[in-house]
Amino acid sequence: MTGKQRLKKRYRLRQAPFYVIFFFLVCLIVGIAANEPRRILEQAVRVCLSCIGIG
Amino acid sequence: MNILRKWVQVIIGLLTNAYWAFPFTRSIYQGPMKVICAPGLNCYSCPAATTYCPIGTIQQLMANVRLSLESGQFFVGFSVVGFIGVLGGIFGRLVCGWGCPFGFLQELLHKLPSRKFGVPRLLCYGKYFFLAFFVVLLPLLVVDEFGGGITWFCKFVCPAGTLEAGLPMLALQPGLREQVGVLFAWKFVIMVFFIFWSVLASRPFCRTTCPLGAFYALFAKVKLVRLRLDENRCTNCRACHAVCPMGVKFNESPDDAECITCLACMHKACRFNAISLEVGGIPLGVSPVEKDGVSPGTG
Repeated sequence: MTGKQRLKKRYRLRQAPFYVIFFFLVCLIVGIAANEPRRILEQAVRVCLSCIGIG
Repeated sequence: MNILRKWVQVIIGLLTNAYWAFPFTRSIYQGPMKVICAPGLNCYSCPAATTYCPIGTIQQLMANVRLSLESGQFFVGFSVVGFIGVLGGIFGRLVCGWGCPFGFLQELLHKLPSRKFGVPRLLCYGKYFFLAFFVVLLPLLVVDEFGGGITWFCKFVCPAGTLEAGLPMLALQPGLREQVGVLFAWKFVIMVFFIFWSVLASRPFCRTTCPLGAFYALFAKVKLVRLRLDENRCTNCRACHAVCPMGVKFNESPDDAECITCLACMHKACRFNAISLEVGGIPLGVSPVEKDGVSPGTG
């Protein structure tokens, strides 16, 4: 077995991270499609006083 | 490498808090960039914040999920969880080590001279409790007569919100000082507690309480970018134990959920090149010995 073949065997590409990233990418797209960022922007531009312990 | 990490922390901290007109406007940034999610814990009620906090937003969406569903809108946090999930899938808790302003602040506090202590391992499970209960379940399930909940973690715990938003808003808007009560006093005590604890121990909030850190920790075994241990090269000298800011014993648990991939073990401790960075199983930079197809343990 050559050094290159040994390296190839030793460093196999892990597939699990790609499935996880794909799953959450789908979530992100679903959220954007549902127009969630508009709702998030509405709440993020207001000071939530009760959230920071005031009021 | 540590200097590079500090620069990345500073740049991300400044990018997520880039609204420096707040002393004049006396309010928070209200522009379109607030639609962008901060990678780390960064309160969106902070006057300088140009992005939104994922933990605060998830709580808001959970607290109002009934109301939004009743009005035919499906706002359940998919875009927020999707964004931090993609980040978690790629980097895991590297985001905590390189991109969280509150983590950076704790690191700076820990540089103050004092006697240093560890953090009991059992307390590290506390952050999962805060994620499950204070961020998701309590805002979702404890609701008033109108079906609205409250942001439990922000309201009762988050010291980042008190430091970055509560105190600056009280300074900017004197009219708010009349509304300060027991709740703010409680949050102030928590903030002071974590500030002192950060001087004595390394990143105590990240390790014991941070729900965002808990979320990213879920990706410890499946993240794309991670540190790898070459067992053939490791001599079990335990040098990596001493330098880890999160108390990880890297040679014993290379996929530890606490690892923030700060690379201290790789660059400061290991003299045997036993620790390397890999992306999806492929190492970044193969040593000359490995290029020749010979591993020290086998050759």
